[in-house]
Amino acid sequence: MRRRATRLAGGVTLVTAAAVALSGCVASERDGEGSGEASGKDTFVFAASADPGSLDPAFASDGESFRVARQIFEGLVGVEPGTADPAPLLAESWDISEDGLEYTFHLKEGVKFHDDTDFDAEAVCFNFDRWANWTGLAASESLSYYYTHVFGGQGENGKYDSCEASDAATAVVTLKSPLPELIPALSLPSFSMQSPTALEEFGADEVGGAEDAPELSEYATGHPVGTGPYTFGEWKAGESITLSAFDDYWGEFGDVKNIVFTVIAEGTARRQALEAGDIDGYDLVAPADVDALKGAGYQVLNRDPFNILYLGMNQKQKPLDDPLVRQAIAHAIDKEALVAAALPEGTEVATQFVPSIVSGYSDDVATYEFDQEKAKELLKEAGQENLEIEFNYPTDVSRPYMPDAAAIYEAISADLEEVGITVTATPEPWSPTYLDTIQGSDKHGLHLLGWTGDYNDTYNFIGTFFGAESAEWGFNDEALFKSLGDARYAPIDEQEDLYKAANEAVMEFLPGVPLASPVPSLAFTEQVQGYPVSPVQDEVYNVITFTE
Amino acid sequence: MLRLIVQRLLLLIPLLLGLSVLLFAWVRALPGGPATALLGERATPEAVARINTLYGFDQPVHVQYFKYLSRLLQGDFGVSTRTGRPVLDEFLTRFPATIELTVVALIIAIGIGIPLGYVAARRAGSFLDHSSVVVSLIGVTVPVFFLAFILKYVFAVELGWFPSTGRQDPTMIATHPTNFYVLDGLLTGEWDAAWDALVHLILPGIALGTIPLAIVARMTRAAVSEVQNADYVRTARAKGIKSARLRGDHIVRNSMLPVLTTIGLQVGLLLSGAVLTETVFAFSGIGSFLAEAVFNADYPVMQGFVLMIAIVYALVNLLVDVSYGLIDPRLRRQQ
Repeated sequence: MRRRATRLAGGVTLVTAAAVALSGCVASERDGEGSGEASGKDTFVFAASADPGSLDPAFASDGESFRVARQIFEGLVGVEPGTADPAPLLAESWDISEDGLEYTFHLKEGVKFHDDTDFDAEAVCFNFDRWANWTGLAASESLSYYYTHVFGGQGENGKYDSCEASDAATAVVTLKSPLPELIPALSLPSFSMQSPTALEEFGADEVGGAEDAPELSEYATGHPVGTGPYTFGEWKAGESITLSAFDDYWGEFGDVKNIVFTVIAEGTARRQALEAGDIDGYDLVAPADVDALKGAGYQVLNRDPFNILYLGMNQKQKPLDDPLVRQAIAHAIDKEALVAAALPEGTEVATQFVPSIVSGYSDDVATYEFDQEKAKELLKEAGQENLEIEFNYPTDVSRPYMPDAAAIYEAISADLEEVGITVTATPEPWSPTYLDTIQGSDKHGLHLLGWTGDYNDTYNFIGTFFGAESAEWGFNDEALFKSLGDARYAPIDEQEDLYKAANEAVMEFLPGVPLASPVPSLAFTEQVQGYPVSPVQDEVYNVITFTE
Repeated sequence: MLRLIVQRLLLLIPLLLGLSVLLFAWVRALPGGPATALLGERATPEAVARINTLYGFDQPVHVQYFKYLSRLLQGDFGVSTRTGRPVLDEFLTRFPATIELTVVALIIAIGIGIPLGYVAARRAGSFLDHSSVVVSLIGVTVPVFFLAFILKYVFAVELGWFPSTGRQDPTMIATHPTNFYVLDGLLTGEWDAAWDALVHLILPGIALGTIPLAIVARMTRAAVSEVQNADYVRTARAKGIKSARLRGDHIVRNSMLPVLTTIGLQVGLLLSGAVLTETVFAFSGIGSFLAEAVFNADYPVMQGFVLMIAIVYALVNLLVDVSYGLIDPRLRRQQ
């Protein structure tokens, strides 16, 4: 009796061991194949942090949607490699009329959509008209965020007037009023050129569902058709997206014939997948992992920073409405030490609310050098020697501009305590609690937040922060709001100076303390060569090659 | 028996109604909302208000509830605010993954837990018995995410025996008629796909199966210890009944009732999705999706998934109750 029971238990162990051993064999066989034919490798496996929100980039505004869209689609305007500056793409050149209302795009010829239809001026106008004629759900901000924000929405308020195909290779877009940011904005994947035939066939604008429950269209879940180097294959929700090379692509190909985006939400799991050889690369590398990955022979590539991290101050919370107190706080913070302690190597210390590669960056802003004695004096002058202040920071989040909010909070609060400010910490989960506290209520004092730019335009940074009254900052300065609005629509050659002046005005007023522009990192195996790192993430994989 | 089943199914209706009210009140009492989560850093009060109007979140809660209920009665669970896909589709796409993982975890838990518990009881006080106690203690005390992490580190990253994440090698070309990947491979004759899916299940299966294993082993040990000293076992032995029959009919069968209850509860729990295990292994089941929904205040998914999980849980328990009758003829007769 006993013997049999033992045998049973032994059997179970044996079966488990056999399964382990067998799978070991399979795994190593698979590895063997991989390394044996390294030069024949044509599939690039990249770990995304989430599913795309939509395969129709016109209805998307999230980074994961754009990452996929950039492989499938191209816009009229692209980005100069390695910079944030606009460059020709499907439009080889463009002319802008004197009054800034007429844009004539000279299109690249001989370009085909993946469905074998021609890319021409008719297609361009079809796309512009599509955006401008959305109604109902499609026109709502949660879907067409970028069209709403760049063109001011549909109908009367919208800046778009019309588009005309003067010949197959020339499209003329007319605006109702000037929009100097149009060219850089057109480099966003949301303004990609999509196949009119496919858009109609798969009901791209039929945002289904009940009135209060928008549902993705058939096009957006499974039939995106662009002119880009890769065609759409399959989307297994929550798991992966597969793309393959477009044979009639007008441009060149490196080694990547197939792309697999595999969804791995958790940062450590992405790193382990790389180490286990399951993926070729991933984005959003945690700063703490950089050294270990480099040490183990992986490549860590940095994007030029195109973001800003700041310490916000809510002026509805007294005495943050006192400029002396705000200046004292700015003087109390040692930004260099903060960067060394809590941000990745290569991070730029910020002096204003835009990163240095943005065109309206000014060298003449008021700076508040680290000087704790001065901070104490300013507090004394303001009569706030025993200042107690609430400090909100988010948990459970890693943003490109804020990899570890708790570490940043600790460094800053230590500096503030040093000058005699008593800090009360209020940590909250990022989404949706923290965001709601900061953006939707007055119940916050000091807080950490930031922004990653969409395209090279100063308004995209300071306009987002200070373009109108908001609960986050708690001040109402009509003059500032107006000057930013004026700068946004000023003639293009006057813009840079206006934006520089705006940056100087903002830093004089000091609504918050710009802290740093951290560099976002990506990690790859040694095999991956020529990954096109871009500050605005305009990274298309057709240029990648593999080594042995 | 049939009456029991019908009764229990009817009971589900008030249960689900009550649950839907509670859920509705709960998700709307949470701070923040889908609009903030959708807009991220870009949220302005106006944008938030526009989105709330779009989704109808600005209407009085009771109006929203009755709208929700009337759609629910037509089988419409709403659309995820985060993914823009119907909640029911999201559930049905991911549930097969959770079922597969549950099956593997259960095979590990039952296949090892029952024999271990049985042997421990039959050899009470032996080294094996003591080690089984230690093993089951470790099983229930080691946090799942830690175990999952260690398993992955050792067997996927260091040794490379198993894949580190996912349900199947993403570069593998495979057809999925049912979304049960192992089954799909067998049905379509894509043996390598079936094997690959199975290999992907082993580490998460072990991580997830450990706690049920420990519980099943302890339960079995307790039940067998009690039954083997019962009068009828002694009598049977005295009558000279063959040891195989004594073990099978008298000891094992009689001790299985409490073990079965335990297993039933565990199945219910496992099918509710394993948030931690699924997250660590990037395994696309319902647990990790529900967790994401909570982080994004995705009201329709939170409501829909919890309701569906409740239905599954109730049905599993019903199945367990029915199976009592099959194991214990006395219960069958009473009914």
